[in-house]
Amino acid sequence: MTADLLLLQLLTGIALGSIFVLLALGLSLIFGMLTVVNFAHGAFYMVGAYVGVYLYGLTGNFWVSVVAAPLCIAAMGLITERFLIRPLYGRGIDYPLLLTFGLSYIFVEAIRMIFGLAGLPFGTPVGLRGAVNVGVGYFPYYRLFLMAFTAAITLAIWLVVERTRFGLIVRAGARDPEIVRVLGVDISRIRLIVFGIGTGLAGLAGILAAPIQAVTPEMGIPALAEAFVVTVIGGMGSLAGAVVAGLLVGIVVAMTSLFVPAMAKASVFFLMALILLIRPRGLFGQTGLMD
Amino acid sequence: MMAFGQTRKTLDASSTPGVWTPVNAFLKNNKALAAIVFLSIFPFLMPYEALAVKILVFGLYALGFNLLFGYTGMLSFGHAAFLGAGAYGAGMVIVHLRAPFLLAIAGGVSLAALVAVVMGLLSIRTRGIYFSMVTLALSQCIYYLIYNAESWTGGENGLRGINISTVGLLGIQINFLDPILRYYVIFVFVALALWFLARILASPFGAVLEAIRENEKRAAACGYNVASAKLLSFVLSGAFCGLAGALWAVHLSVVPIETVYYLTSGEAVIMCLLGGMGTYFGPFVGAAIYLLFEDVLTLQTSHWQLYLGILFVLCVLFFPRGVWGSLTDWTSRR
Repeated sequence: MTADLLLLQLLTGIALGSIFVLLALGLSLIFGMLTVVNFAHGAFYMVGAYVGVYLYGLTGNFWVSVVAAPLCIAAMGLITERFLIRPLYGRGIDYPLLLTFGLSYIFVEAIRMIFGLAGLPFGTPVGLRGAVNVGVGYFPYYRLFLMAFTAAITLAIWLVVERTRFGLIVRAGARDPEIVRVLGVDISRIRLIVFGIGTGLAGLAGILAAPIQAVTPEMGIPALAEAFVVTVIGGMGSLAGAVVAGLLVGIVVAMTSLFVPAMAKASVFFLMALILLIRPRGLFGQTGLMD
Repeated sequence: MMAFGQTRKTLDASSTPGVWTPVNAFLKNNKALAAIVFLSIFPFLMPYEALAVKILVFGLYALGFNLLFGYTGMLSFGHAAFLGAGAYGAGMVIVHLRAPFLLAIAGGVSLAALVAVVMGLLSIRTRGIYFSMVTLALSQCIYYLIYNAESWTGGENGLRGINISTVGLLGIQINFLDPILRYYVIFVFVALALWFLARILASPFGAVLEAIRENEKRAAACGYNVASAKLLSFVLSGAFCGLAGALWAVHLSVVPIETVYYLTSGEAVIMCLLGGMGTYFGPFVGAAIYLLFEDVLTLQTSHWQLYLGILFVLCVLFFPRGVWGSLTDWTSRR
């Protein structure tokens, strides 16, 4: 076991963590603004991968997929929020959760009907194949791209939330939607847009994960559980928490698959249990948000 | 915060006596008896016995889930862990220890209760929807543990060889291979669970649970120990589901690994909501609807879950009280 191997595995962990970061960012944005736990997040992720792979098959251009798939999923998200989730505001926090849970069944089954049960074969897209020497060994080019792309998206989200008027409203709305409404902001429009952005991020995570994971109708189920773990570790509704916890979970998975491969999948859940014992609100969770 | 539950109490039932008033009053005062009598004739209403057994077992599973969700207001997405712990517990006692039937059931329930204590201690520290996410993640943890402990649990292939041919109950040897006798053996345990649940709900502790569901802070302010009541509710709920799991294992004679999977947790949520959360008999109605729906539709289409999803979404949007809940609401307004 050399230091080079450890560093390479660390990079693999960060690449894997990038997917978690994108998933958790979407989940956290939606939760912060709408207090909706989106149980269909894994399903949106899965549909994003399918749409992306399908478009890649049509056009042969991965960039088309990376742009168009998240937009399609965002559009699905907008329709979902407008017609299904909106009637449920004010009826208790568990109802949107249950609704999105039911929705995930519909999405999974619809994908099975259209694309079949077996899943789609998908390799690394042309232009992003091969490996590059990163000093400690050869590392897949695609995974470097994945990290850089996620970093750019995260930065963009952070800029929008922290530096724009829209972001100001989102942050204020997450804290006290009633006051924001009283101040004359159309909060239902903000909720709609935030849900669209959140699901769009899930779709983006889906198409970006497609080359490194199997594209199957069930791929969203472990992704949903892992995204939950990341948001619980990071602290619900916290964007910084989503980023830190996403990378942390990715690294823990990569390291355990190096040392104890049998426990690789279970390790994140043990990590979550540990964090919960020490900090029940997660690393960056705010007091009062959940009460 | 806890907006669940019986906001429309059956107040007008006593003020304006109608056609349904005596029926409702009887059902309300003799919940367990009515349910047990109905379930004792249930196999003759079903197309085949195996379906009746399945509804019976999953009804119990949804019932255990409902104690936590419907009565205490805690939405768990990890109840597959308890069904699985009960099934694997009972199965492992039979396969590895060659122990008799009753010991296997006891082993399954104990293991499920133990898992519930551990999961409960970790998860009730969190509130609201956080709780749903944590229970989901912890149950996935149990799934991978069972998946990897291959020498004990059979791993991916499931636990095989849980063969029970006769069951000794009260000194009588009963042929467990006969489908109708098998139903009644399982029915005995479900009936005991139903009676026990009715006692729990009628007790002061049951009232505390509903108080927590309606307003947790107020319940705490009234001097009730909310944390321990929640934990006890969690463990009791886990034990009921564990009993369902143990019975399911001896009925199927294998434990498929899917028993502990996320989707099985979802099944409890779906059954409970379809039937009516926070109602005594609703979970059984929900289980019956779900499993009959599956039984009928799988003959027509391989995509029955699409229709299930649509049914569930419509139920959330328009009938949040479920079939049984809406029915009791309707009859009490007549």
